Amino acid sequence: MIWLLASILIPFVTALACLVTSHTQRLTRAIGVTGAVALLVVSILLLHDTLINGYVIMQAGDWPAPFGITLIADVLSAAMVCITGIIAVCVALYSLRDIEERLVRSNYFALFHLLLMGVVGAFITGDLFNLYVWFEVMLLASFVLITMGGQRDQLEGGVKYLVINLVSSVFFLSGVGLIYGKLGTLNMADIALRLQEAPDALLVNSSAMLLLAAFGIKAALFPFFFWLPASYHTPSVAISALFAGLLTKVGVYALIRAYTLIFHSQFEVVQTILIALAAGTMITGVLGAAAHYNIRKILSFHIVSQIGYMIMGLAIGTSLAIAGAIFYTLHHIIVKTNLFLIGGLIMRKCGSEELKQIGGLYKWAPWLALLFFIPAFSLGGIPPLSGFWAKYSVVKAGLDAEHYILVACALLVGVMTLYSMTKIWAEAFWKAQPETAEQTEETPPSKTKLSATLILPCVAMAVITVFIGLWSAPLFSLAEAASEQLLNPQDYINAVMTDRGMEEQYVMVK
Amino acid sequence: MLVLLAIVIGAFFAGGIFCVLRRSLMKLIIGIILLSQGANLLVFTAGGLTQQRPAFINGTEAQLAGQADALPQALVLTAIVIGFGLVVFSVSLLLKAYRSVGGDDINAFNQTDSIS
Repeated sequence: MIWLLASILIPFVTALACLVTSHTQRLTRAIGVTGAVALLVVSILLLHDTLINGYVIMQAGDWPAPFGITLIADVLSAAMVCITGIIAVCVALYSLRDIEERLVRSNYFALFHLLLMGVVGAFITGDLFNLYVWFEVMLLASFVLITMGGQRDQLEGGVKYLVINLVSSVFFLSGVGLIYGKLGTLNMADIALRLQEAPDALLVNSSAMLLLAAFGIKAALFPFFFWLPASYHTPSVAISALFAGLLTKVGVYALIRAYTLIFHSQFEVVQTILIALAAGTMITGVLGAAAHYNIRKILSFHIVSQIGYMIMGLAIGTSLAIAGAIFYTLHHIIVKTNLFLIGGLIMRKCGSEELKQIGGLYKWAPWLALLFFIPAFSLGGIPPLSGFWAKYSVVKAGLDAEHYILVACALLVGVMTLYSMTKIWAEAFWKAQPETAEQTEETPPSKTKLSATLILPCVAMAVITVFIGLWSAPLFSLAEAASEQLLNPQDYINAVMTDRGMEEQYVMVK
Repeated sequence: MLVLLAIVIGAFFAGGIFCVLRRSLMKLIIGIILLSQGANLLVFTAGGLTQQRPAFINGTEAQLAGQADALPQALVLTAIVIGFGLVVFSVSLLLKAYRSVGGDDINAFNQTDSIS
């Protein structure tokens, strides 16, 4: 239980410490990284705890379940918190060099940790309104982070990001209000319990759709994704990598939670909608990526298309499919963050992220090519790497459940993903450097030295990717454990409703 | 009362959506404010309206059945505070963006979407 609380408190305390020490940069940076490491440690302990006990529950203020706010971590939540910790450490290290002094002075690290607090809070809350509050914590920090550079592009992208997310908050709040009006409770487990028993539970879908739209906007699902490629390529590399890894996945997590727990009795009603959304998301994302020549824009569109795979897993809804979706989410967070960070390295080497203006990197920095190769081809789903197992399990689940059209979309999109990745590969690494730039022979790009703190996080995440690829069994069994819990919402409901707070009564899974 | 509030909420949402879809930054702000107020009012109304009941009862009367539910009001209070913060931030961001893009027309905000 202590780890549950600590995983929210550590980012909060770190953010405060960063604010207090904002006049001494070295100290702020040191605290920023230390806080991230502490979060990682705590999240690992939390995951360990959930794997042993099944559910880790805390009733805030010791109010019994439907009346107070419940914080709860099951295996899925804990795994997401754990991956958040990994990303936090990597991005914090990368930020040391990537984020300019000016931004550190305007409290970059404090905002970074407030964002993490929002993300972690959203993962471990068991209350719908509390989820809204954590979303807002996360959003406010992300609004400031995305616009803090103050350049025209950032402000412009920031406006788009801000407006669509405000609209999604309005949807979310309206949905929460209407659900409270109908059911008289906001505790997720209690909502699920009441919907199971109510004979007219179908009627809740009219308000649940508002939540679907709200989560869909956060997750960048098909009709709502336009804000993402319009804004994610504008801020500093570290910031966009953090966003790319975590923020949309909070939306995906909320969708998984909504349709495996809160509205699990209504799953059949929305299944067709989810399938259509998943297919649309995959295809539009990958087509958008094909049209662009800016590295981070291509990668942004690929976030959209990959979100489609995760929702595909959720939409199919079998045990294997949900395990696949969870595996996909975990693998994707690592790979996508890494790709953004490596995109940043390419940008530093060449001074541009427009593919048409750069080239010849393979000659100057073969190690960078290798570093890019691993996450890029993992994203495309090439066999020994982690993406293959993720795609394989989702596609296998689709075939088992006979959703052939969806599977065909997924396979086609996989090929198209490879096309985009080879496009970056060919343009940035293999093509000769364009002569237009004045710096041709005298200042080859390799003269720009990259410091160890920039490279280390990328290498670490690439190693994780390879590791997941070669030993996928441990992570997959974790995903299976999470999926098994998700498909037995009754255990979750019992655990929450019978938990008596300070007695620290843990409920074992089976 | 319920019907009146329903109409008001509808008007808030309609007005908000109308303003957000206009091309002016100023109207965008007004639209956001209207939408968030509409949502607050919706939560408040959906929680159930109780008329002509005292908010406080003395200790001897043990009839809680018809009392107003305090939870939606607490939720709305939280949402108002959050909404206020968001509106303040959006106003300052839109002001900065207005200065940097140099126009009130949202159609000028097309740089980050373009295929380069």
